[in-house]
Amino acid sequence: MADEKSTVVREPTKNPNMPLSWRKETKPHRFCPGCGHAMALKALGEVVDELGILDRVLYGCDIGCSLLSWDFFNFDSVQTHHGRTIPVVVGAKRARPETIGIAYMGDGGGYAIGAQHLVNAAQRGDQITAILANNTLYAMTGGQLAPTTLPGQKTGTTPYGREVRKTGSPLQGPELVAAIAPAGAYVARGTVGEYQQLKGYLKKALRNQMEGRGFSFVEVLSTCPTNWRTNAKDTWAFLQGEMARYFKVGELRVPEPAAPGEEE
Amino acid sequence: MKEVVRKGCTVFSDHGPAFGWDGGLLRKGGRVIKETQLTGEYGAVLEKEQRSFMTGNEVVAWAALAAEADFMYGYPITPQNEIMHYWSRLAPHFGRGFLQTEDEMAAGFAMLGGALVGKKTFCATAGPGNILMQEPIAMAEMMQIPGVWIIQQRGGPSTATVIYSQQELRLTTAGGNGEGLRIVYSTASHQELFEYTIKAFNRAWQYRFPTFVLGDGYQAKLREAVTLFRPAAKGWTLIPAEPLVRGPGIPALDREPVHLRNTFNIEEELYARLEEQLAAYERLTPEVVEWEVEVGPETEVLLVAHGIVARAAKQAQKMLNQQGQKVGYFRPITVRPFPGTALRQAVGANPNLRLLVVESAYGQLLSMVKAELYGLTNPIDTLLKPGVGVTAEEIVATVTKRAPKEVCHGG
Repeated sequence: MADEKSTVVREPTKNPNMPLSWRKETKPHRFCPGCGHAMALKALGEVVDELGILDRVLYGCDIGCSLLSWDFFNFDSVQTHHGRTIPVVVGAKRARPETIGIAYMGDGGGYAIGAQHLVNAAQRGDQITAILANNTLYAMTGGQLAPTTLPGQKTGTTPYGREVRKTGSPLQGPELVAAIAPAGAYVARGTVGEYQQLKGYLKKALRNQMEGRGFSFVEVLSTCPTNWRTNAKDTWAFLQGEMARYFKVGELRVPEPAAPGEEE
Repeated sequence: MKEVVRKGCTVFSDHGPAFGWDGGLLRKGGRVIKETQLTGEYGAVLEKEQRSFMTGNEVVAWAALAAEADFMYGYPITPQNEIMHYWSRLAPHFGRGFLQTEDEMAAGFAMLGGALVGKKTFCATAGPGNILMQEPIAMAEMMQIPGVWIIQQRGGPSTATVIYSQQELRLTTAGGNGEGLRIVYSTASHQELFEYTIKAFNRAWQYRFPTFVLGDGYQAKLREAVTLFRPAAKGWTLIPAEPLVRGPGIPALDREPVHLRNTFNIEEELYARLEEQLAAYERLTPEVVEWEVEVGPETEVLLVAHGIVARAAKQAQKMLNQQGQKVGYFRPITVRPFPGTALRQAVGANPNLRLLVVESAYGQLLSMVKAELYGLTNPIDTLLKPGVGVTAEEIVATVTKRAPKEVCHGG
């Protein structure tokens, strides 16, 4: 990863080493130190570069921390309302099908306030790529319970830990989408802890759309040290430990026949 | 006795409104679009002007077609459903699109997505659907993404009736969490539904504020005669849609990438944006407002109504004048922006004039009228029937009860 020498202050003008899709005028980005969004977005930018689709992308971001990416990229972008990124991107895709529609959101946007949009876009097989960052809570509003909060996890609205009996178990988003999406869907769960694997998933998800196969969905296990109140070591441990144990990383749906380039 | 004032593009004859585009303004921003190539059995329909007998919902679908709308995103709710039915039947024959979404919010936000990439999009809804629709409309307002909404008002609040009301006036003109920067036409006939729907598309893409045709369940469901035509056949210029994102060129190489947002970091940043928008709205107001008025120096009672109730008011005016009463008539066609100056002019010259505000709501139009007449002392009577229709006879009876002597000594 690019940031292993994190103690070195990077000078943006010197050796930016950023994807073309990254907009250097808006860097350094606005996310908190240690936030997983930056990693997921970096992977996305690199994949868009590699696929050469910069001019075809319409990138939509949600409310919540993901909105901080509204001017993150060098491709056309629109920031929407909480949970409503999928319908905006679906509307654009339906109206101009040559568009590569990317809907980027958090777990609150995709699994709670906008769950109906995720479910129905998946069920209709809308040819967009939805990317959802799962950090187990509502980060921008101060760390409240999300559908993805782990059992026993303390949040702003579960100060004594999430009680499954009262508020249910963490939602398994990719499993839900995989169960309902028609043929041609690509569904995977990646993690910012496995960068190259995540990039591969994102690339397949975009290829799936480019080839007109169906709905593509990638959940990204992400980090929120600010609201988890964790240091670097504990952040990493929570991501790779508790989260990865509950949310299994891997591909859930790969369209048949396999998309070209899938072997990589 | 009466001075008849007509404004804007609607000229009323005895046979209903005939349309004349106020050309200069519309040509300014647009170019003449070549006529749509119509094919097959449907091609003949708009080939030339056609007199038809149909429901208002069907009229709206034809109007959207004539206006060269590209895409409708819809969700079922009575009484607007047949707009979707007719549109989805027509659309494939003309290369237009339709998507039935999972709810009104999705329909509204999908409209915005379509408009962003340069397509003319629209939707129709009513009642609780109109409530949900306010969320995407608020975003459209903030970001000035064009779109046309057809509202066929039903009874309220809540589920109420699927039939009729004028109770969505306030929601449609001032819903959302902002300043209600919208253009809202309140129609009174099928001919107006056809012509103002076409006009709404032009206004929306000219000014980029959310634009509405405010109908109701009666207009949606009743059948009456209407003349359908292609705008080009009348010399009307259609304003083309242009992409707000995904325009020509490669972002970052040929051009700057487009970054659109509706969130601001600090109060002053938002305020600066709103000041611009409010100024733009103030500028468009005199260009957009439309009304009908019949008033003279001898007028004693001025009937004020909008939408289909204005038809009853007009009929009542005729009946009362035949009885020798001196009754005038004012109808806002744009209920947002409201033709306040025109109303004030109609009323202000005559301190003895008494108003009778008539509506199928409990004071939604009334509050607009009062706000516009602030400072004047003319008495205002009301006939407010939320959720039910109003007949000309009821209006006549209301006026007769108070007139003529009460009017003279009142106030």
